[in-house]
Amino acid sequence: SMFITEPGNLAGVQHIILVLSGKGGVGKSTISAELALALRHTGKKVGILDVDLCGPSIPRMLRAQGKAVHQCDSGWVPVFVDQEQSISLMSVGFLLQKPDDALVWRGPKKNALIKQFVSDVAWGQLDYLVVDTPPGTSDEHMATVEALRPYRPLGALVVTTPQAVSVGDVRRELTFCRKTGLQVMGVVENMSGFTCPHCAECTSVFSRGGGEELARHAGVPFLGSVPLDPELARSLEEGRDFMREFPKSPAFPVLTSIAQKILDATPTQPS
Amino acid sequence: AIEEIKEKMKTVKHKILVLSGKGGVGKSTFSAHLAHGLAEDENTQVALLDIDICGPSIPKIMGLEGEQVHQSGSGWSPVYVEDNLGVMSVGFLLSSPDDAVIWRGPKKNGMIKQFLRDVDWGEVDYLIVDTPPGTSDEHLSVVQYLTAARIDGAVLITTPQEVSLQDVRKEINFCYKVKLPIIGVVENMSGFICPNCKKESQIFPPTTGGAAAMCQDMNVPLLGRVPLDPHIGSRSCLHGHYSCHSLFKEKPETGRRAARWLSVHKGIQEFCNLHQSKEENLMSS
Ligand SMILES: Nc1ncnc2c1ncn2[C@@H]1O[C@H](COP(=O)(O)OP(=O)(O)OP(=O)(O)O)[C@@H](O)[C@H]1O
Ligand SMILES: Nc1ncnc2c1ncn2[C@@H]1O[C@H](COP(=O)(O)OP(=O)(O)OP(=O)(O)O)[C@@H](O)[C@H]1O
Ligand SMILES: [Mg+2]
Ligand SMILES: [Mg+2]
Ligand SMILES: [Zn+2]
Repeated sequence: SMFITEPGNLAGVQHIILVLSGKGGVGKSTISAELALALRHTGKKVGILDVDLCGPSIPRMLRAQGKAVHQCDSGWVPVFVDQEQSISLMSVGFLLQKPDDALVWRGPKKNALIKQFVSDVAWGQLDYLVVDTPPGTSDEHMATVEALRPYRPLGALVVTTPQAVSVGDVRRELTFCRKTGLQVMGVVENMSGFTCPHCAECTSVFSRGGGEELARHAGVPFLGSVPLDPELARSLEEGRDFMREFPKSPAFPVLTSIAQKILDATPTQPS
Repeated sequence: AIEEIKEKMKTVKHKILVLSGKGGVGKSTFSAHLAHGLAEDENTQVALLDIDICGPSIPKIMGLEGEQVHQSGSGWSPVYVEDNLGVMSVGFLLSSPDDAVIWRGPKKNGMIKQFLRDVDWGEVDYLIVDTPPGTSDEHLSVVQYLTAARIDGAVLITTPQEVSLQDVRKEINFCYKVKLPIIGVVENMSGFICPNCKKESQIFPPTTGGAAAMCQDMNVPLLGRVPLDPHIGSRSCLHGHYSCHSLFKEKPETGRRAARWLSVHKGIQEFCNLHQSKEENLMSS
């Protein structure tokens, strides 16, 4: 197959999805984690590469903090998040001595580690590799895109919150995708609207609709609006499997539908 | 450059960095409110410097999108929102708001150096520096360039969840590492009051005790908590009429909301004054 010709540790990976946003705190890690869980529940094998070196969130969100990566002949063995070993994870969180240590590195050192993350993790066979990125469009992003560029197919999932400041940054992110030749698989709007559990009134805490407008403006698919959902926030805090345990939560249906749209857009061969 | 910057900063009394490990917790929002809050006193000169080179949001938050920086004999002139409130951001140097500043570390450092050395602030009481998320080149550079000129300290912004607090712990350790005093922590987006039924919900639940528990644990001051406020969150340049300035003006409704911010500002001012008198003591002894 076409994958055999590609070298190295990513040879067995069918699709790579970069989760991006120019803005911080919009839910990149949240979407990465829930997407991985949703894909896994449809029987896919998923890897998550967390290239947020200063503030890795995925280990906590998937209750994998404190686990260790091991070395093998072809590099680092990622951490399995679940017993069935269907989600594997690599994060700088597994390399720090103490969880509260700050990685105070300048660009070049970070770039070197990211290159290593891309080339030296023994992922094995994966249907999807989801790459969670740090906030901003900085050294880490360029290093990640450069290192992953030889691998196809590679697509970007752009996350935004509805409000204007955020959408401004995300516009810049779309420019970044265009300049670096990254294909945008779609835009996800997160934190759009909060339904009060006391009176059922819905408030647009962070405004509404910006994501869809942005997608239309940029001519890329709009994948859905995820509401503000305290159960989702709590589930992430406790490292629970939201996509299995909270089917009645407000965010569940749209997260499921986003995952389905991604499945539809990325046919995988049985591995 | 450090010497030149030290010379330049002689006219700047207090320097405050606004930091957070996590993105989107409200650093820029807080910086803007602090700038406006301090500038409410017309005898206080305030400067707001945005060193988020890749994602500058201060121009939009301050309602200054599309403004340009002017070159004067003595350097770049900041953009003034009020007579006593000047702003500088890389956003004023971009030709279109869609432009991404895709710069690597060294180029960003050069920009920060220019901001600190070449901006003509004049006599300033408070210089507030809004930073990008994390602990990166920008943070290292600003601390390095400003150490000779003395930074009063850093205000750390967080939200109530552990996912955010774990990054603040890193940021606190960063401050220790680079010997940056910590003024205190602000918990933003702390609870939400439904505008319809007035009942409170924890949208971002403090599952590990929030900033209060973390501050106690790490022995740093908690400056205050600010709730989620749809007036702030849904501001947009197109149809929003919210401005931080208006928060500090009359109206009993807004007045109550403003109180939470103002008490944080007061804490910061007190810290700075103390810092100043300590330094004066040092100099006179
Ligand atoms: N739809 C939602 N409802 C409620 N809480 C949410 C939602 N999406 C994200 N959150 C919470 O908001 C916070 C920020 O989300 P997250 O960490 O995923 O953002 P991020 O874009 O990865 O941030 P960073 O830029 O710092 O990496 C998290 O604590 C998360 O639990
Ligand atoms: N107390 C609040 N209530 C409602 N919305 C808020 C509040 N504080 C901040 N926001 C909104 O949250 C978003 C993120 O805030 P802001 O841009 O200030 O964060 P930041 O930490 O500077 O982000 P970045 O890490 O990307 O620089 C903005 O859209 C802002 O309007
Ligand atoms: Mg993240
Ligand atoms: Mg900001
Ligand atoms: Zn209500």
